[in-house]
Amino acid sequence: MGQNGAGKTSLIKHFNGLLKPSSGIVRVDDIETTKTSVATLAKKVGFVFQNPDNQLFSETVEDEIAFALKNFGFDKETIDKRVTWALEFLSLSQYRKTSPFLLSGGERKRVALASVLAWNPETLVLDEPTIGQDHEQKEKLRQFIIQLQNEKKTVVMVTHDVEFVAECNPRVILMREGKIIADGPSKSILTSPKLLEECSIVLPQITQVFTKLAPIGLPDNIIDVDEAETALIAKAKENRYY
Amino acid sequence: MSVFDGLKFRKISSPIHNLDPRIKFIYVIAIFICAILFPQMLPLIILFIIQLPFVFIAKVQKQWIRSLRGAAFLAAFIFIINVLTTFFYNNYTLTFTNVESALAMTTRFIVLVESFSLFFLTTSPDHLGLAFEQSHMPYEFAFAFTTAVRFVPVMAEEAQTIMDAQKARGLELEKGNILKRIRNYIPILIPLIVSAIRRSMELAEAMESRAWGATKKRTNLYLLKLHKADYILISLTILLLIITIYTKLYVQIPQISELLTSLTLFAT
Amino acid sequence: MAVIEVRDLVYTYPGVSKPSIDGVSLTVEKGEFVLITGPSGCGKTSLCRTFNGLIPHFYQGELKGQILVAGEDVTGRQTFDMAKRVGLVFQNPENQLFALSVEKDVAFGLENLGMSRDEMRKRVDWALNLVGIYDLRERAPHEVSGGQQQRVAIASVLAMQPEIIVLDEPTSFLDPLSAERIFEVIYKLNQEQGITVILVEHRLDLTAKYANHLIVMDKGKICLEGNPHDILCNEDVGNIGVGIPKATLLHKQLKMKGFPVNPKTPLCSDELAAQLLEALSK
Repeated sequence: MGQNGAGKTSLIKHFNGLLKPSSGIVRVDDIETTKTSVATLAKKVGFVFQNPDNQLFSETVEDEIAFALKNFGFDKETIDKRVTWALEFLSLSQYRKTSPFLLSGGERKRVALASVLAWNPETLVLDEPTIGQDHEQKEKLRQFIIQLQNEKKTVVMVTHDVEFVAECNPRVILMREGKIIADGPSKSILTSPKLLEECSIVLPQITQVFTKLAPIGLPDNIIDVDEAETALIAKAKENRYY
Repeated sequence: MSVFDGLKFRKISSPIHNLDPRIKFIYVIAIFICAILFPQMLPLIILFIIQLPFVFIAKVQKQWIRSLRGAAFLAAFIFIINVLTTFFYNNYTLTFTNVESALAMTTRFIVLVESFSLFFLTTSPDHLGLAFEQSHMPYEFAFAFTTAVRFVPVMAEEAQTIMDAQKARGLELEKGNILKRIRNYIPILIPLIVSAIRRSMELAEAMESRAWGATKKRTNLYLLKLHKADYILISLTILLLIITIYTKLYVQIPQISELLTSLTLFAT
Repeated sequence: MAVIEVRDLVYTYPGVSKPSIDGVSLTVEKGEFVLITGPSGCGKTSLCRTFNGLIPHFYQGELKGQILVAGEDVTGRQTFDMAKRVGLVFQNPENQLFALSVEKDVAFGLENLGMSRDEMRKRVDWALNLVGIYDLRERAPHEVSGGQQQRVAIASVLAMQPEIIVLDEPTSFLDPLSAERIFEVIYKLNQEQGITVILVEHRLDLTAKYANHLIVMDKGKICLEGNPHDILCNEDVGNIGVGIPKATLLHKQLKMKGFPVNPKTPLCSDELAAQLLEALSK
């Protein structure tokens, strides 16, 4: 997380070799990115760009998803199997033969995601996945990330959306002016007003509430609604109002 | 992207920046005409040198050099093509004169890039659009121009993003034979075109919402006026044109290679 | 006094069979801060486009029903006429700035109206000051941040001194702090200049507190409408797929568990914190 221009996108572009370090070393699976091609790295690190319209070009959704698989040289049978799987995984099966350009914004975003997921990369990098997404689409995305985590995949996400981060509860790396200024669990990073302010990020709403409640003895490091509820009820019981 | 960087306007104030864009444009056209008139190396080098003070007065050396560097590839291409054609045309022989005329062609190109980039680096395209308007050209034309200038760098950036997005899906642009390579660009061109169309729709919508076409008599926030410096530049430009025409008609221009040969002869 | 009155509006885009707006009636009073929300594709953007006549003049298509804005029938007026009364600000700041300097962009609408140079200069400076970007007036659009670009877009419709400003997800490309600043500018315009504001947003956590009139749309229809305090505690809001502010959600959960909290639905962290402090220090 970090302000626009903090260097987040430049950093993640190093993960699949789209950018190479001017100095220093970036290793992906113990391989230095300077010593291999983007195509080789891309197979390990799937990268979903912010705007799906920057990548959609095929006549059908099916072709769009098959594009990368063909580039990576999978055989026809595998391609077919993987496309079907990706379509199902992101509930796009009914659009298999539809042109991606006829779909809605949220659906196009899912096609872009499916087209990367199809080759089953070990790591998935998502650049601003929640921009312009409504509540339901965000919830779907969150479920999807949880599912990927269950499959022991690594997910890297760049985002401003502090409420979404609070819901996903990942490890958070804060960036500012090209440098990492903090790295730790959501619960400690998102509850530090000083750090967040430096990066133009506002506290999650629940944390805002609890910073104001700290003087009466409530914890000030809460980001989740359910956790908040438990803490408040415990406090009320302690005060015997409940 | 370096060529586009050269086109990006930076707001700096200098005597050159403050010149009237119409006068500067006449100057660029004059340089253009002079460069076209001379096929010889010597006058082209002079044309290159006389423009350098402007670059320094305007303090745009860095960006100017960058745009020249951006054009270097094309310059090399022009040089090689010229050398090769004369080489094959003259039964596989190559003389100093041939190389020099190829070099002259390249220098001509560089002179043109030099003056155009000087012009674009020191002229707010906004003022240029204004110049179009106040020269009684239809407003649509001026608007199309400023919009193009506004969006060329934006679209160049977008092209880069699209390229990155497709590379991230395993597209290798440099792979395969020439036909395959051209086909490799389809996944880049289609999103670029689609987004350009989408963008133009959004632009049109925003224009409509800001009273586009409300009246035939459009007004303008700025007004262009000629200053002393403008009169000086136009005088210099006219002088340059006179000298050029005179030289073209009455002066025999030597080839540099000939000069060198006679110089060596003189020395021995 | 009603500034916008929409009656039985049905609108279908050309070449599409399903209507995007399917029987909407609505009244907006002068000086209100209206927040329109709903899932993607619910017709909220289309509704905004009808307020200055982009629908039906620019988009064509089939329109039934009546739209009265500031007493004028929109279908009978050109968009450039309506532009003086209704200012539209769009989602992507990049695609609504066409000039090469900030002040020239702000002047664009006024130039189109053929205003004199002196009057134009006054209006441009006024609008720039109002949104707090007067110092940036000579910059090029690519030299200012996204948040500043969006302020330029707001200033440029403001310069035409409209009675109503309509903003369609104006902050979705911005970081939260820039977004909050934009909302504060909009709120100030509403409070101090008395401009009627219609804001389309997904993110109620950032915006609900400003609004006094909330409209929830789904599938081309208005499902819920009223004061946000009353609407956000409604069970249906969640079912439609609208993201309720976390503070509101926590309040609801606490109330269900019998926590002794003031029953008034809070819209932001300040409101909830005050309620909780009161409840816990009785």
